[in-house]
Amino acid sequence: MPIPEGTYGLLAEFDTAGELTRAAKASYDAGWRRLDCYTPYPCEEAAEAIGFHRNYVPVITLIGGLMGLTAMFLLETWINLLAYPLNIGGREYFSWPAFMVPAYEWTILFAGLSAAFGMLAMCGLPAPYHPLFNAPNFRTASTDKFFLCLEARDPQFDATVSRKFLEGFSPVSVVEVEY
Amino acid sequence: MLDPVTGEYRVVGPGHTFKSITEKISRIVLTTHTPVGWFFGLLLGGGGIALLLTAVTWLFLRGVGIWGLDMPVAWGFAIINFVWWIGIGHAGTLISAILLLFKQEWRNSINRFAEAMTIFAVVCAGMFPLIHVGRPWLAYWLFPYPNSMAVWPQFRSPLLWDVFAVSTYATISVVFWYIGMIPDLATMRDRAQSKFTQFAYGLFAVGWRGSVRHWMRYETASLLLAGLATPLVLSVHTVISFDFAVATLPGWHTTIFPPYFVAGAVYSGFAMVITLAIPIRKFYHLEDLITTRHIDNMGKVMLTTGLIVAYGYFMELFMSWFSASHWEYFAFWNRLFGPMGWSYWVLITCNIALPQLMWSRAFRVNPTLMFIMSFIINIGMWFERFVIVVTSLYRDYLPSSWGTYRATRWDYSTFLGTMGLFTFLFFLFVRFIPMIPMSEVRMLLPQSKVKPPAEPLGQPVHEAGD
Repeated sequence: MPIPEGTYGLLAEFDTAGELTRAAKASYDAGWRRLDCYTPYPCEEAAEAIGFHRNYVPVITLIGGLMGLTAMFLLETWINLLAYPLNIGGREYFSWPAFMVPAYEWTILFAGLSAAFGMLAMCGLPAPYHPLFNAPNFRTASTDKFFLCLEARDPQFDATVSRKFLEGFSPVSVVEVEY
Repeated sequence: MLDPVTGEYRVVGPGHTFKSITEKISRIVLTTHTPVGWFFGLLLGGGGIALLLTAVTWLFLRGVGIWGLDMPVAWGFAIINFVWWIGIGHAGTLISAILLLFKQEWRNSINRFAEAMTIFAVVCAGMFPLIHVGRPWLAYWLFPYPNSMAVWPQFRSPLLWDVFAVSTYATISVVFWYIGMIPDLATMRDRAQSKFTQFAYGLFAVGWRGSVRHWMRYETASLLLAGLATPLVLSVHTVISFDFAVATLPGWHTTIFPPYFVAGAVYSGFAMVITLAIPIRKFYHLEDLITTRHIDNMGKVMLTTGLIVAYGYFMELFMSWFSASHWEYFAFWNRLFGPMGWSYWVLITCNIALPQLMWSRAFRVNPTLMFIMSFIINIGMWFERFVIVVTSLYRDYLPSSWGTYRATRWDYSTFLGTMGLFTFLFFLFVRFIPMIPMSEVRMLLPQSKVKPPAEPLGQPVHEAGD
């Protein structure tokens, strides 16, 4: 894969979540699709504004949980019926109520691991490098500043016109981010 | 204190901004001037670890005979301390998971270190069964894996359920803690001055950049993990209570055990959170973030769970009479008035009598008194496990096999040693990881809400006639 070069996008900095959300909404309404917002805490309104309504973490978690449940229950059944049948006080070999306890724990284990690692995978993390880290003011995104990035991948992107468009929202600054 | 704008109870002290909160919390970690008191605490914990290593080394050389275990009391300090530590851990999960689901926002400033407390308590707890198995180097036999002996674990035993419950609990706690920490690690990466610090935090922050799409997935994952941790925490202590309740022994064989163990776990865990929170807020001047409201609320939770535990004690006594079982009746008479009856009255004093002081609001908002109360409750909860384990065992059906239990110096050293380990890990945590979740406290500030733009005054919104 060739290393991308040139402009990644234009990054506008805002002071409040409200300004960011309005700018994001206006950009989305103007037809921008390759854009993203960066905030120091979860800001649902901004995500809604750029058309991000649903994610697949719950589905991944459900699949993980069902896998854990099935894996442990079948393992216990196989061990107690075929691999190593033990007579414990004359109880049923297939003691499914007793098997439910470890199966329940593994449901939670697999579901939890799927939720955590599935979330990271959907976000494309770990990603130690990202072009945005080249922007000098982007460090404040994890403290108190709000950013809107219009990406160069969007067909509408034009370094001059898009900068004018962003400046219309009266941001603190607009910087061009290089790959 | 009420917020003048929203009319809601304030969680964070007034006058804070995103920046001031971030600076206040991250400075504790990023400062180059480590407080002398921190080294002192670490040294204290290190001393405990030395004691633990000595005790465990001697144990591995000589075997579990160096403990006070004997017939008829074959379960002693190891199981008492295991249950005590794991119970302490449960408040961390309760704060981070159950209170999140109930939208108790005040828990945002205490959940990180409560969760850390959970993990360190589980580390201490997990050690006891491992060193108790006699041949700890074979402890992995507990897990089902294909082996040349062609044997498999016995899945109908609560002791094996324990293996899965506790290992799942440890794993999920670590994952939940770490996932919750990623945005804060990114903040630390961005604020760190030295190259090494930036690299270290950057490595663990996995490249988090605060994209709102990532935040939304992150929030979903956090809620799901909370939703999973809640039944997990209930199941862990339920399974631990099965270790006792499934045995047909008077004093253990009761159906009240699961709920009353869970309530007791939360009770002692909240006490431990208070034990840790009060010195920390004082030492690091975090009174704005861990306010008296937090201590007040934790006092209420302790009062409630304490009353559930009291109900459990009362119900045990009632059933020993109502069951009309001679053995049950004797077990409880012996528990109350036998040679070790004093331990039962310590438990009643510490867990039921004294905590009633927390009905008074003036008591709950006084950090010093609550700090003392947290110690009393933890002592009481340790004695609860002592009473359950020892007083049920030392006088069984046949008077000829009656005995007593006396812990040895190795029992005490191991127990003190795990406290040292806990202290040591906790001091490392407060120095290297932001102990209050910055991203979550930011959400508590009024300015985090998205508001419509202020309308310019005096201008009609719609021009007439167009």
